[in-house]
Amino acid sequence: MLWINIRRILKTGFVQFWRNGVVSLSAVLVMVITLFVIGLVLFTSALLTASLTAIEDKVDINVYFTTDAPEAEILKVKQALEALPEVAYVTYVTPEQALENFRERHKNNQGMLDAVDEVGDNPLDAILNVKAKEASQYEGVATFLDQNYPTGVGSSIVREVNYFQNKQAIDRLGQIIDAGERLGVIVTILFIIISIVITLNTIRLAMYISKDEIHVMKLVGASSRFITGPFLITGALYGLFSSIITLILFWPFTYWLGPITERFFVEVNLFEYYLSTFGQFFVLLVGSGIIIGAISSLLAIKRYLKVK
Amino acid sequence: MIYFDKVTKRYNDDTVALDAVDLRIDPGEFVSLVGHSGAGKTTLIKLLLAEERPTDGRVLFETTDIHALKPRDISRLRRNIGTIFQDFRLIPKKTVYENIAFAMEAAGRTDEEIREDVPHALQLVDLAHKAWSFPHELSGGEQQRVAIARAIINQPDVLVADEPTGNLDPRNTRDIIQILQRINDLGTTVLLTTHNQNVIDMLDRRVITVEGGRIVRDEIGGKCIL
Repeated sequence: MLWINIRRILKTGFVQFWRNGVVSLSAVLVMVITLFVIGLVLFTSALLTASLTAIEDKVDINVYFTTDAPEAEILKVKQALEALPEVAYVTYVTPEQALENFRERHKNNQGMLDAVDEVGDNPLDAILNVKAKEASQYEGVATFLDQNYPTGVGSSIVREVNYFQNKQAIDRLGQIIDAGERLGVIVTILFIIISIVITLNTIRLAMYISKDEIHVMKLVGASSRFITGPFLITGALYGLFSSIITLILFWPFTYWLGPITERFFVEVNLFEYYLSTFGQFFVLLVGSGIIIGAISSLLAIKRYLKVK
Repeated sequence: MIYFDKVTKRYNDDTVALDAVDLRIDPGEFVSLVGHSGAGKTTLIKLLLAEERPTDGRVLFETTDIHALKPRDISRLRRNIGTIFQDFRLIPKKTVYENIAFAMEAAGRTDEEIREDVPHALQLVDLAHKAWSFPHELSGGEQQRVAIARAIINQPDVLVADEPTGNLDPRNTRDIIQILQRINDLGTTVLLTTHNQNVIDMLDRRVITVEGGRIVRDEIGGKCIL
């Protein structure tokens, strides 16, 4: 009996969706907008996160050593830094490598290259390039350096730590990243709530035309569950169709935006991102579509079921 | 089988729709309720179908107090009381066949039973050829016949017909009344509300006259005096 009921509910739900064509179409279109907004929010947050990570990746601390600092001492500092929990990795740049990097960077500037040649000896010092795990942790690394290897003291091998010059910029970036993430979460939630409310009202309108029908069904002796079932299926079908339409729409949309985002944001091509995460997008949009559709119809129907 | 025990129904604005009504309907009876609009006929029907609750008194179906039932049991009760209305109340997006089958599905009947019984019921109301039409493709008389087929499909003990001929011409009215008589002959109790004098004359059965929320006359084989 249970199986027969499930089959009847499914069939009635499908037939209801099909026969109320215009109403179904309008509900699906509104849901497409909802899901499109949810998708856009996801894309935006992905772009934001990717660019923030890329910018964050560019932040580092350079420790410049005095010209006569012995390599063994420098490696000791490197080891000490690597032992810190907040440090991701430390790169040792020898004076020779620093010179090479310098030449590479200025290969189109003959004047600069000539100036270096003029000096004769390598004028560049050894550098330790320190990467922290998170932007907020540079402060701690800098403090550690300042306490253990203070600059300007007679015997110190550390000539300069560039964190203190960049401190303001790094702090600022940390704040922007934090605020960006917090704002992103708030905006996402807000958008999703607004779109769900709009969908809910559309489905409520779609179900309103069934008000009298539901009354008749009750008078014929149908239980509330038997009446609700097909409407739940119809609502879920609104969600299913609109999520599939949205997924298809995102194809040309991201294809068109791909090169633009690649230029604006740090090397993130939206189209490639969409293709690579299509599985997650599919599950997320189809899942939320079906859930929003079904819950909206449930809420809409509940009101009419109360009438005896 | 149906008992109204001192039933009073008062609405929020203090209008008294029914005033201490006592009524007993036995199995197999064909009872006509007559009275002007607003006399209380429809309220009486709504109380019987548990659409409304009485302010005072009890409505019993067999030995069950209708208004003490849980929602699930109300559904079950309604499968035992077939209903027909003046405005037909068919489900517009379902075909004639589906409208009737729905009542059987709601009662949890099997597919085989549905395949067997629905054509039979359609034959009884002479609409076998319209099984796959939608309600809006039918005339008023045909729609009411579909409603009758739906009302009797679960073989209810009682058939309640609230002004079933109100929207029909004399010929269709006669057809509908004849069908109701046939159903009554097969053993189903029929409760009919009407203010059509011809219908009462045609039936020549028990007539209850309601006025101002009270039963003022209860005659067997009586004529209606409005």
